[in-house]
Amino acid sequence: MKKSSTSIALLVTFTLLVAAVFLFYDLTGNREYVLERRGYKLAALLLVAWSIGYSSLVFQTLTGNRILTPSIMGFEAVYLLFQTLIVFLYGDKTFRVLTESHNFGWSVLMMLGFAVLIYLFVFRREKNNLYFLLLTGLILGTLFTTLSSFVQMLLDPNEFSLVEARIFATFNKMNTGLLGYAAGAGGLMLILALKYHKYLDVLALGREQAINLGVNYKRVVLVFLFIISVLVSVSTALVGPITFFGILVTNLTYELFKTYRHSVLLPACGLISCITLVAGQFLVERMFNMTTTISILINFIGGVYFLYILLTAKKL
Amino acid sequence: MIEVKDISRSYGEKVILDEISLSIPKGKITSLIGSNGAGKSTLLSIISRLLKQNGGTVLLDSRDIEAYKTRILARHLSILKQANHVDLKLTVRELVSFGRFPYSEGRLTAADEEKVDQAIRYLNLSEVAGEYMDELSGGQKQRAFLAMVVAQDTDYILLDEPLNNLDMKHAVQIMKTLRKLCDEKGKTIVMVLHDINFASQYSDFIVALKDSRVAFFDAVDNVIVPEVLQNVFDMEFKIVETDGKKICNYY
Repeated sequence: MKKSSTSIALLVTFTLLVAAVFLFYDLTGNREYVLERRGYKLAALLLVAWSIGYSSLVFQTLTGNRILTPSIMGFEAVYLLFQTLIVFLYGDKTFRVLTESHNFGWSVLMMLGFAVLIYLFVFRREKNNLYFLLLTGLILGTLFTTLSSFVQMLLDPNEFSLVEARIFATFNKMNTGLLGYAAGAGGLMLILALKYHKYLDVLALGREQAINLGVNYKRVVLVFLFIISVLVSVSTALVGPITFFGILVTNLTYELFKTYRHSVLLPACGLISCITLVAGQFLVERMFNMTTTISILINFIGGVYFLYILLTAKKL
Repeated sequence: MIEVKDISRSYGEKVILDEISLSIPKGKITSLIGSNGAGKSTLLSIISRLLKQNGGTVLLDSRDIEAYKTRILARHLSILKQANHVDLKLTVRELVSFGRFPYSEGRLTAADEEKVDQAIRYLNLSEVAGEYMDELSGGQKQRAFLAMVVAQDTDYILLDEPLNNLDMKHAVQIMKTLRKLCDEKGKTIVMVLHDINFASQYSDFIVALKDSRVAFFDAVDNVIVPEVLQNVFDMEFKIVETDGKKICNYY
């Protein structure tokens, strides 16, 4: 325990360091303005990083699988389809018809609605099986992705560029006004989760052991799935699809902290996510001079790491 | 006492359990036997609330198990299934500590720690208590899970094929421990067993399932007779008696 608390302290220090570099590096021109812009961006990065890190870790605990992220449930596919469809319907008038905040609100509602629908569908039919839920999400997600691709084919290039701007995660075009709502939602979920955190270690032992040890399995799993859905929906609506990032940070966390205790894993994973995302964004802005996006960087590093896990892991 | 009343369960068209009723005596070892697919594990899963029945009720000390709060029930009844693979970085002691979760929900008191230590000693695991689960042999792993159940300190212990994948020496060790738990601590043990000879040596009562129903339920001596076993398993049995214990020869 002693060792892990020093490691966490080290991670906190490192996070602060990265954040400071992000804020103050090459501070020229109108300082106040630049600092304010960077501050908002940093807040968004930290919020999204924490949400994705947290939800991926919990999701992997629930499913007992270390190469899954909540994106398998099809949240991002719903988001993509929604973005594609509104552009298809309204064409270049899209953003006069639908303001940024309305788009944000609707996207979150769509994703949550989708999640609740499949939970109801799966859990009401007494299937009671988490893998059945994942499979349903996966299949519907694939359907939505294919539908989006099909509709994108029908768009003219101008309209397509509108869609394209939203299907890659980016922190540059983010609407800072929405940050407050996102932070509020995230905060509420964290408060809700606190009461249930003690069950996570037991849930990691699997369904049967959890029930044996007196956990109200169905309810606890549903609460966590709800929390995950809110966090992922809000992050996706805020900056775009970014959950792949989850595999990278959770596995880094397991690698660095060889423990099963979520009281260590959760904060560690959150902090590692923050460091990775802030540093990544910094690299994109300063080293690559915006010639690439953070999505591409994450997908590249994440993809390579994913292959590494697949090739070296004995069991998953 | 565990009372099973008119329990039915089917998967699609296939009926696994057809209105099963049983009263499992307290403070004894009861073994469930029967051929593959007879519904032994299904029945055990229903008694332990891992699986929902289509009809019927299970009473624990005259109260419906669904009326218990799940955390309270976990202080009276524990279940150990056959597939126990844990990929977590977990030491034996940490695993056994989970047995106290229904009482302390993760914050172990001094009394809990004491119970954990006792359970570890009870299963002779003191030497490996600090080792990681994935470094243990099959027999040690099974003992570690049993230690967790002992730490959970429930009156009723349900086990689904506790001898699966164990060699003879470890299988005998486990069975002796279970017998000790029953005789010394007054635990009620219900388990699914495949090896008829282990069932015959160590149980007090035997439930034989056949064709979704209870074919026989009686004291061990009344079930381990050629006619009964031939009826249950549809094969020839020869029973030899040595030192007052019955051994079945069906090879």
